[in-house]
Amino acid sequence: MKLDDKLYLVRFNTDKLSHIKINDPNVCLHQCQDKPCTRICPAHVYDWDEEEKRIAVGYEGCLECGTCLIGCPFGNIDWKYPRGGFGVSWKNG
Amino acid sequence: MENFDVIIIGGGPAGLSAAISAAQAGMKTVVIERGDYPGTKNVMGGILYTKATDMVVPEFWKEAPLERPIIEQRIAMLSGDESIMAGYRDPAWGTEPYNAHSIFRVKFDRWLAQQAEKAGVMIIPETIVEDLLYKGDDVVGVRTGRAEGDLGAKVVIIAEGVNNFIAVKAGLAKPLRPESVAVTAKEVIALPKEKIEDRFCLEEGQGATIELYGDSTAGMMGVGFIYTNKESISIGVGAILQPFIRNNWTPNDLLENLKSKPYVKRLLQGGEIKEYLSHLIPEGGYTQVPKLHRQGVMVVGDTAMLMNSLNREGSNLAMISGKIAGEVAAQAIKAGDVSDHAMSVYETRLRDSFVLKDLHHYRHMGKFFEEKPHLLKVYPKLFNKAAKMYLTADGTPKKERQKEIIKMAFENRSKGGIIKDIYGAWRALL
Repeated sequence: MKLDDKLYLVRFNTDKLSHIKINDPNVCLHQCQDKPCTRICPAHVYDWDEEEKRIAVGYEGCLECGTCLIGCPFGNIDWKYPRGGFGVSWKNG
Repeated sequence: MENFDVIIIGGGPAGLSAAISAAQAGMKTVVIERGDYPGTKNVMGGILYTKATDMVVPEFWKEAPLERPIIEQRIAMLSGDESIMAGYRDPAWGTEPYNAHSIFRVKFDRWLAQQAEKAGVMIIPETIVEDLLYKGDDVVGVRTGRAEGDLGAKVVIIAEGVNNFIAVKAGLAKPLRPESVAVTAKEVIALPKEKIEDRFCLEEGQGATIELYGDSTAGMMGVGFIYTNKESISIGVGAILQPFIRNNWTPNDLLENLKSKPYVKRLLQGGEIKEYLSHLIPEGGYTQVPKLHRQGVMVVGDTAMLMNSLNREGSNLAMISGKIAGEVAAQAIKAGDVSDHAMSVYETRLRDSFVLKDLHHYRHMGKFFEEKPHLLKVYPKLFNKAAKMYLTADGTPKKERQKEIIKMAFENRSKGGIIKDIYGAWRALL
């Protein structure tokens, strides 16, 4: 099963507001060669948008593990928990 | 502003255990939980230890939603398609007093929260705690994300989980680093119970676990796991974030890699994926345990780095730390002294218990594995090769074969290297 299909199995109460922000897109463009956020996120929330030259953030699929916050080598991801009551709602846990 | 005796940040095993013990000691206690009810934000591999849970809710197994009592634990070492496996089984673990059960956190924590409510605990769901509230230097409550959301407390217990935002803001913990967390992906795969029992050689209702080292994590420091539930299997894999980044892995690919191993594939065959989950595990060990207390505050569970991953113990450390913190909070409040000195009783009691004793015992382990990233690459391969050579009947006399095995071992790792590894392991683990 593909990751996208697996994520369809996850229950979300999606907020209209994103709980994730890239602090400075220039850091991703100019300083970050490796872009580990595009790999280490288990839900592939982060993707490099070649046309817009920035990291696209699909916060809606965030599983709230916190890996991106710790893994970004430039501390460039402002990742918080979604507002109370929003975000992932596990069925099993 | 509404005032409580004890405010607990987070409704996981540590927070709920703290809430139960504080409320049982007569404290006006509240748990602030960001999910719609305790459980829905919580993830673990799935093993709950009986003894620690029994200390929080006596004879919980008579009522709590559990999956299967674990009667067998296997350890496997994978190398390519090859594997070596060892296990220990005792059917007596399938009856009282038990040793461990597989569980789902969503169901179990919901039940545990209900026990807390029965003990008088108030639960405020769907609420984020943004910071502690201070009066001068003293902590006097918490600020939540709700409008007019300040709540007063004599003692605040931080049980926010591995992501230690509040503990960092309070100056008690440091931000986590890629060396001190493991990123884990897990799936719950539905299978009929007869199939599970047949595939794992279990009597009706019994459960088994398998931990898989080596190629299960592509040689990175970490472990794969397979746990039997009533009508599903939990399979997951976790590894320290730093090598994950360095080796360009994604958690989902690593899990798919594990699922494709011949042995694992057959255990899961025909199953239907029900949920895909991920979670961080605090792996900093003893040296990264934060400051555990200050005036009016205690830090418990994952936030306090209380994890013994070698023995796959975490929820039990969390529950015991929570239980002690709740008791210490109540004693301090009754005595009218919530100073840092009064809170330090919590740390003293943790040090007297297995919780910090075990962490201290394994205090060299993190460094050992960090300095020897080859361990889970070299040895699973070496052991599998040795087993294959030993067990292949091709007419080579055994004496000659044994010499070949020793030669092969030293080709894979120098004599000096092996001696160093054994010494390091002895120092780190024994």
